[in-house]
Amino acid sequence: MKNDACLYWQALNRALDAELAADDDVIVLGEDVGLYGGSYRVTEGLYARYGEWRVRDTPISEGSFTGLGVGAALVGLRPVVEIMTINFALLALDAIINMAAKIPFMSGGQFPMPLVVRMPGGVARQLAAQHSQRLEQTLMNVPGLRIAVPATPQDAWWQLRQAIRGDEPIVVLEHELLYFSKGPLDEAAEAPPMHRAAVCRAGTDLTIVTYSRMRELSLRAAARLAEQGISAEVIDLRSLRPIDWETCITSLRKTHRLLVVEEDSRFAGAGAEVVATLAERAFFTLDQPPRRVAGEELPIAYNARLEAASIPSVPSIVTAAREICGQQPPEEES
Amino acid sequence: MTELLKKMLRDMLLARAFEERAAEEYAKGNIGGFLHLYPGEEAVGVGVLHAAEPADYVVSTYREHVHALVRGVPPGAVMAELFGRKNGCSGGMGGSMHLFDRERRFMGGYAIVGETFPVAIGIAYAIALRELPEAVICFFGDGAVNQGTFHESLNMAALWRLPVLFVCENNHYQIGTEIHRHSALPEVYKRACAYRIPARRIDGMDVLAVYHAAHEALAQVRAGNGPQLLEFETYRFRGHSMADSGNYRPRVEVQAYERNEDPLDVAIAEAAMDYPAVAQLTGDHIGRFTEQLGEDGHLNAEALETMKAEVAAEVEAAVAFAENSPEPAMEDARAALDCNRHGEVLL
Repeated sequence: MKNDACLYWQALNRALDAELAADDDVIVLGEDVGLYGGSYRVTEGLYARYGEWRVRDTPISEGSFTGLGVGAALVGLRPVVEIMTINFALLALDAIINMAAKIPFMSGGQFPMPLVVRMPGGVARQLAAQHSQRLEQTLMNVPGLRIAVPATPQDAWWQLRQAIRGDEPIVVLEHELLYFSKGPLDEAAEAPPMHRAAVCRAGTDLTIVTYSRMRELSLRAAARLAEQGISAEVIDLRSLRPIDWETCITSLRKTHRLLVVEEDSRFAGAGAEVVATLAERAFFTLDQPPRRVAGEELPIAYNARLEAASIPSVPSIVTAAREICGQQPPEEES
Repeated sequence: MTELLKKMLRDMLLARAFEERAAEEYAKGNIGGFLHLYPGEEAVGVGVLHAAEPADYVVSTYREHVHALVRGVPPGAVMAELFGRKNGCSGGMGGSMHLFDRERRFMGGYAIVGETFPVAIGIAYAIALRELPEAVICFFGDGAVNQGTFHESLNMAALWRLPVLFVCENNHYQIGTEIHRHSALPEVYKRACAYRIPARRIDGMDVLAVYHAAHEALAQVRAGNGPQLLEFETYRFRGHSMADSGNYRPRVEVQAYERNEDPLDVAIAEAAMDYPAVAQLTGDHIGRFTEQLGEDGHLNAEALETMKAEVAAEVEAAVAFAENSPEPAMEDARAALDCNRHGEVLL
């Protein structure tokens, strides 16, 4: 099926549907994933099609239903656990970090862990500090986990299906503001490797490395920079563990300038790892010190203006890009 | 019954000898880290696991050496794991607290208190989905019942009628805090009624009582009647781990349990009770055994000594196996982590 304007949630929904149909061992569980159809409609229609044992509404018990997924994966089911938002995943970190990520290793490689944990993260619209978290760094630091961060419907389709077919614990980090974004979806197109980065705009003056919702902002910034005579290459990492360093380094050999754009807060965030590793591996190709555009060191305020000011914006990306290219911010930017 | 009792007694003797040797090897520096030993609690693990079928799954805690042994994991593979060696049952990656044996459905020792509940209900969910006549045995201590996972998991197990037997090894202490100081309701089994799970409290020092209770409960669980909970009252003779002297417990209390409640003595006495004699009326278990079994010819003092010698040799062989097992290499660690990639191209 080819669709020029598929919604991100629909792509996830189609991926779940395809895998539930293909393999009886796939199950979906989480709060309101069944009868209700999922908080963001991702599981819509699946309960009616596959029944309550394969699409299971759970009590509000994140720690134990994620752990239930771990136990089920130990005996060959392929559970897809939905945690309603990443904020609640803090209650499930024992299951994700201490159990899912470690059991294959601690058992000396005896047990597969075909577990997928899906959750939306990021800053949405005035949900306040407890519902506006970006915890990718917390999970990135866990050996044994894989983390996919699809930013488009096509990647959502590809990466969720790859995650379900993988035998390792994989976190699929979605974004609340992406669920109703549109993009092309070609279900028959051959998928790239799950963790390979994508060059989504070619350029020669600087490399913008980004992921998730910041891909869209970075592309808009790159379009604006082009109008100002700066050619930015934009790389969507698509994955935060592992990270495709080769694609980044190849780009830096061409542009010699690095700008990382991330929604999470700057200190010890995902961008810190990107900058550190690229500095180690490509220091002498860089003409300028690398820069990060990142979230402020604040919990996210409820107030809409403060919320917007706490995370990167198109103008803030443009400004940083111009500075790294040795140009002052243009008058109209603020 | 005598054959079963003899087998259980032998496992209890092996358990005691294995753990005492582990303590010695720890003192010698051959075993590192945390080492939680089982003496005093043998009747629980042995009784429950003799009631289990090979198709049942076992999920255990960090005090799980004996559970693994009774489940059939070779003593050498367990001892080699304690030594951190490559031929250990977890390849030297897990250690004392993380014994795994896929073939025997020994689904691991978990070292975060309360983790066994969600793992067990997850396995049970798969069994229920596949409509198989299997059960999951979920071990936990009295300290674990105040974790959220206990309540969350019991709720889901009951809600979906999952085939789990929850087995509480109540040794009355969560490390150093006695149960009346950590639980508003010190009778663990009473908590199960909040989730409409049938539950009983059993003398966990009496291996036959443990066996019968577990056998009955497992039959219910396998028949699809939902989860059951059994609370076994027991006592650990040693500290929480080798790092713990256990000096928060009155010496007289520990000695009283050792003298009067040793589950090995109880088991020996029970073996004797199959052949009633006047001596049965005396209070001294060992005395009762020696006087009586000498006459009946089934389990006499000589047979007991033979059994003890056999398990001693088995433990000796386990230590030799561990000593001769190589250390795992970094490649082995990486292979254990990447065990499931099947050549998948990631980048």
